[in-house]
Amino acid sequence: MSNVIGTPLAKIDSWDKVIGAAKYADDMNLPRMLHARILRSTMPHARIKSIDTLDAEELPGVVAVITGRDVPIEYGILPSSQDEQALCVDKVRFVGDAVAAVAALDVETAERALQLIHVEYEPLTPVVTMNEALDETRDAIHSGEHADHHNIHKMVALEFGDLDAGFAEADYILEENYFYQGNTHLALENHSALASFSPDGHLTLWSSTQTPHYVHRALAKTLELPASRIRVVAAAIGGGFGGKTDPFSHEIVACKLTMLTGRPVKITLTRQEVFYCHRGRHPVLMWVKMGVRNDGEPTALHFRTMLDGGAYGSYGVASTYYTGALQTVTYKIPAYKFEGMRVFTNKPPCGPKRGHGTPQPRFALEIHLDKIARHLGLDPAEYRKQFIVDDKTKTVNHLTITTCGLRECIDRVVEASGYGSEKRETRNESQESKIENQKSKIKIGFGLACGSYLSGAGLPIYWNQMPHSGVIVKVDRGGGVAVFCGSTDIGQGSTSLLAYIAAEEFGIDVRDVRVITADTDLTPVDLGSYSSRVTVMTGNACIQAVRPLKQKILDAAAEKLLVPAESLSFRDGEIICEDDDARRLKWTDAVVLTEAKHGTLSGTGSYKPPKRAGPYKGSGVGVSPSYSYAACVAQVSVDIETGQVRVEKIWLAHDGGRALNPLLVEGQVEGSVYMGVGEALMEEMTYRGGLHKAPSLLDYKSLTMNDMPRVETFLVETNDPEGPFGAKEAGQGPLLPVPPAIANAIYDAIGVRIDETPITPDKILKALEEKEKGRTARFGPKNFPNAPYPEPLHVEPPEDAPRLERKKG
Amino acid sequence: MLHLPPFEYFAPCSIADAVNLFAQYGDDAIFVAGGTDLYPNMKRRQFTPKVLIGLNGIDGWRGISNGNGVTIRAGTTLNRLSDHPTIRQNYPALATAANLVSTPQLRAMGTLGGNLCLDTRCNYYNQEFSWRQALGFCMKKDGEICMVAPGSPRCWAVSSTDCAPVVIALDGRVRLVGPRGERVIAAGDLYRDDGIAYLGKTRDELLTEILLPPPDGTKSIYLKLRRRDSFDFPILGVAAALRFASNGEIENARIVLGGVGSRPLECVESARLLMGQKLSRELIDAAADAAWKPARPLDNTDSTHSYRKKMTRVYVARALEALSEK
Ligand SMILES: Cc1cc2nc3c(=O)[nH]c(=O)nc-3n(C[C@H](O)[C@H](O)[C@H](O)COP(=O)(O)OP(=O)(O)OC[C@H]3O[C@@H](n4cnc5c(N)ncnc54)[C@H](O)[C@@H]3O)c2cc1C
Ligand code: SF4
Repeated sequence: MSNVIGTPLAKIDSWDKVIGAAKYADDMNLPRMLHARILRSTMPHARIKSIDTLDAEELPGVVAVITGRDVPIEYGILPSSQDEQALCVDKVRFVGDAVAAVAALDVETAERALQLIHVEYEPLTPVVTMNEALDETRDAIHSGEHADHHNIHKMVALEFGDLDAGFAEADYILEENYFYQGNTHLALENHSALASFSPDGHLTLWSSTQTPHYVHRALAKTLELPASRIRVVAAAIGGGFGGKTDPFSHEIVACKLTMLTGRPVKITLTRQEVFYCHRGRHPVLMWVKMGVRNDGEPTALHFRTMLDGGAYGSYGVASTYYTGALQTVTYKIPAYKFEGMRVFTNKPPCGPKRGHGTPQPRFALEIHLDKIARHLGLDPAEYRKQFIVDDKTKTVNHLTITTCGLRECIDRVVEASGYGSEKRETRNESQESKIENQKSKIKIGFGLACGSYLSGAGLPIYWNQMPHSGVIVKVDRGGGVAVFCGSTDIGQGSTSLLAYIAAEEFGIDVRDVRVITADTDLTPVDLGSYSSRVTVMTGNACIQAVRPLKQKILDAAAEKLLVPAESLSFRDGEIICEDDDARRLKWTDAVVLTEAKHGTLSGTGSYKPPKRAGPYKGSGVGVSPSYSYAACVAQVSVDIETGQVRVEKIWLAHDGGRALNPLLVEGQVEGSVYMGVGEALMEEMTYRGGLHKAPSLLDYKSLTMNDMPRVETFLVETNDPEGPFGAKEAGQGPLLPVPPAIANAIYDAIGVRIDETPITPDKILKALEEKEKGRTARFGPKNFPNAPYPEPLHVEPPEDAPRLERKKG
Repeated sequence: MLHLPPFEYFAPCSIADAVNLFAQYGDDAIFVAGGTDLYPNMKRRQFTPKVLIGLNGIDGWRGISNGNGVTIRAGTTLNRLSDHPTIRQNYPALATAANLVSTPQLRAMGTLGGNLCLDTRCNYYNQEFSWRQALGFCMKKDGEICMVAPGSPRCWAVSSTDCAPVVIALDGRVRLVGPRGERVIAAGDLYRDDGIAYLGKTRDELLTEILLPPPDGTKSIYLKLRRRDSFDFPILGVAAALRFASNGEIENARIVLGGVGSRPLECVESARLLMGQKLSRELIDAAADAAWKPARPLDNTDSTHSYRKKMTRVYVARALEALSEK
């Protein structure tokens, strides 16, 4: 073994990024390339009566103009939501929906041509809010086949165990409404796509996509080309966070335009268009009812969500289930009912953003627990620790817990921050107010929250029996190792991980490993960078690909060294006999011997998650090989006169299993904190009518460097049996506890509850005013709309799930 | 990425040449200094000038010189301004304001002259062309009505310069050079209460210098309200300058608000209350109250207008408190 795994190493592509050599899609240029722009709807909801492209076509420099009729086939990321068209044919559904496209010799001409396309719309009443979506007198956004009912896209209701009995056992029941605002990914790189069609009928697309495989499928469908003639390559990606996981209109349009013109076509979106593509965090309204005994033990949880989905399905069905799936994997809950609903509105479509569908319910749940703990006079940290799920058990909704390091996570952050202890009085770190002499108006508070996330979705997006991830490893006679995998590195370091694993296994230097990824022609399928699946799945596939190769090399070496193969190991570029280290062979020599014996050296590996879905419809969402855990303490200062909140410090402990590269895990934690603090305090998608209010990096508020708190990270390394070398996930889970920890800290500081995000200064002042007037010291949604949730499906909990003990009656 | 519309660019070497060039192209021309305000606006098609007259090549365009008070050339960058020892020492509010503008990158390019002439802002206006097309255009550009106050005959776009309130509070003057000659006016007269015709100078007049009187013991401060600690325009700016007599009485007082109207607003009533008095809790509250009332922010910037109005009172009080301690 060499010492790669567990060592803090730079990413293998970091030099390329630092010196500017990494090629993003927009950096690529091909001879004779055309530039395309997309005309987007100016109406939130309208029928298209006519589109006249004649003037645009006649503009000198314009090469092609297309409309929906040229690419009418419907697509969508989920097989059950094929409700998008690359360019709208009959109807537009939000301001920004794509209507027509122009390819021209340069961008300026393409842009000018857009102004010459005349679209005649027949406006329909826009459906902007969730309440409007429930109003059946408004026009339906989609036809019946795409929606469960009118503008209700999806409804689910599931009940696990006996909810009534659970509430009957409770000594204290708390009900509350919460709202988590929608926000977007804000990746620095704008989406870009470059397509090229060769005269022999091969289509190539380079795109900033997290999911080349799914794009590949969508292209085959919408362009009616055999998949075997389409090659999708993910270029270097400047951040994704879930914003590049759908097949997008501009990708299909670039392909269609290159097919029509025979010239390469590039489309790079503007920042405003990226806001329109969106697929970000769903705004979710939640109603939570939880029953506990006097010692805080949960007896029943009833969770209702309503998601504002925007104009299309996207991942929405999965998102809806996710708002109910993971409430059970942190604390023992013996009876659980979940009702979820997603509605269509005339706004950019929502989808998966870091934490996909789970930060919203986690926000509600962790504040709810804080309230319960305070009501019962319990320490919120100690309280949670009593009811943490056990290793090797199942949850009431049939999810399998392999390892859970949450208790240790809580201990680590509590200890480091002094949460709940006497240290309280001495907390005075960096209380600098923006204005001098205001110390008395600045209140300090501490809050704690936890979270959990899956290490990869247990099921693929489209039903099939094939592996989720494939890896090919090739060993060159010069000693170089090439790893081929369909995975996409969106900055998290997944490409580097494959190199680390190969280097570790072969005992060679990481620099002797090349990784070729995300190219549907060259690499075996990996489903993509989403659901925190990549490390666990590609890692396992890589190990599987490497191990038989290793055996061959060992056998050849053993033959040469005249020792048993079992006594040999790979170390520092050599194969060494453990019993007699004079018997050793250079890695390169061993490789040559092996190739002479076996021919070309390569191995393949694939990974499919264990089959664990529960026995009910909808059980596919939430299952995973393993779950990560995180605990967070936030220290905030609140200015009671201005309502301004400063997050001073975040302590975050994350159980991501074994950290294959601790540096990268810490990076994910810090990035998650950044995003979590932003979502808690300022990020929001706001609309005026159907029009996005702030589609720019200036007006859409996310943290700047100066607003970023200090972060202290702790890695709690459980050794998970499912992961490669014991790893779980790190990319999304650490975000989850951050927003509720901040909300809880604000309560600790000033005694008011802000039950919705973003927690802006004016909301704080309003809550303080309520408090002053002797009313409920709270800002948040007052009620939940009356919506037609279906009768729940009753599901019997598995044997080893938490059981409700009957103590009463 | 958004692209600039096509234009012709001139780089005159003297003030006279710049003024002459402008006279030659008139309506088709716009002056540009650092371009940090103008270029983004051009990309969004708020402006599509045929001719740009770049000012940065003018001889003696930047620099700060001492004399009776201080003279700041219009082309002085915000970074230079905030780092300059004399400014930091004698006019701290100006150093603070310059240092709070946007980001380090923009302060390296942005000039004081450009900052004082900054276009007024409104979140119905500072949007891409296609966005404005979706909403319907407003009267500040391409349209007829005001989207914030639809019945209003005027535009309420917001004066969002950080430095203007300070320069006014410090009793600054500006030198304007135009085809009809040269004039020096009070900084306050550089502004008009109109979101469209927001400058009290003609388009062909070049702002060449900012003149500040000797500090003479004046204490000054600038406080800025914004969502984030960088990048953001002020949604409220409070510039306060006080001169105390040796017995502690206030001899001279000026409080100027930015970000709450189409021009920097002077709190005349607050100043009147302060004059001849010693600062006390009650006086501070009374002055803050008086400042609060005339502020009439509309719902066309970040955050809510009621919050901005509320904060006017708090920020004025805090500015005065800070000055009383200095
Ligand atoms: C993201 C972003 C954030 C920003 N944040 C802030 C902020 O927080 N606070 C703030 O105050 N500003 C902010 N700005 C605006 C701008 O960067 C600054 O105001 C800067 O000082 C403008 O100076 P400039 O030299 O770049 O002006 P230019 O862009 O060159 O000019 C601005 C205007 O003034 C005119 N002009 C310039 N110089 C002269 C002159 N000498 N005589 C006559 N007319 C002239 C130009 O014709 C133009 O109309 C921000 C801008 C951006 C893009
Ligand atoms: S205040 Fe009214 S007229 Fe002025 S820019 Fe805003 S919307 Fe347009």
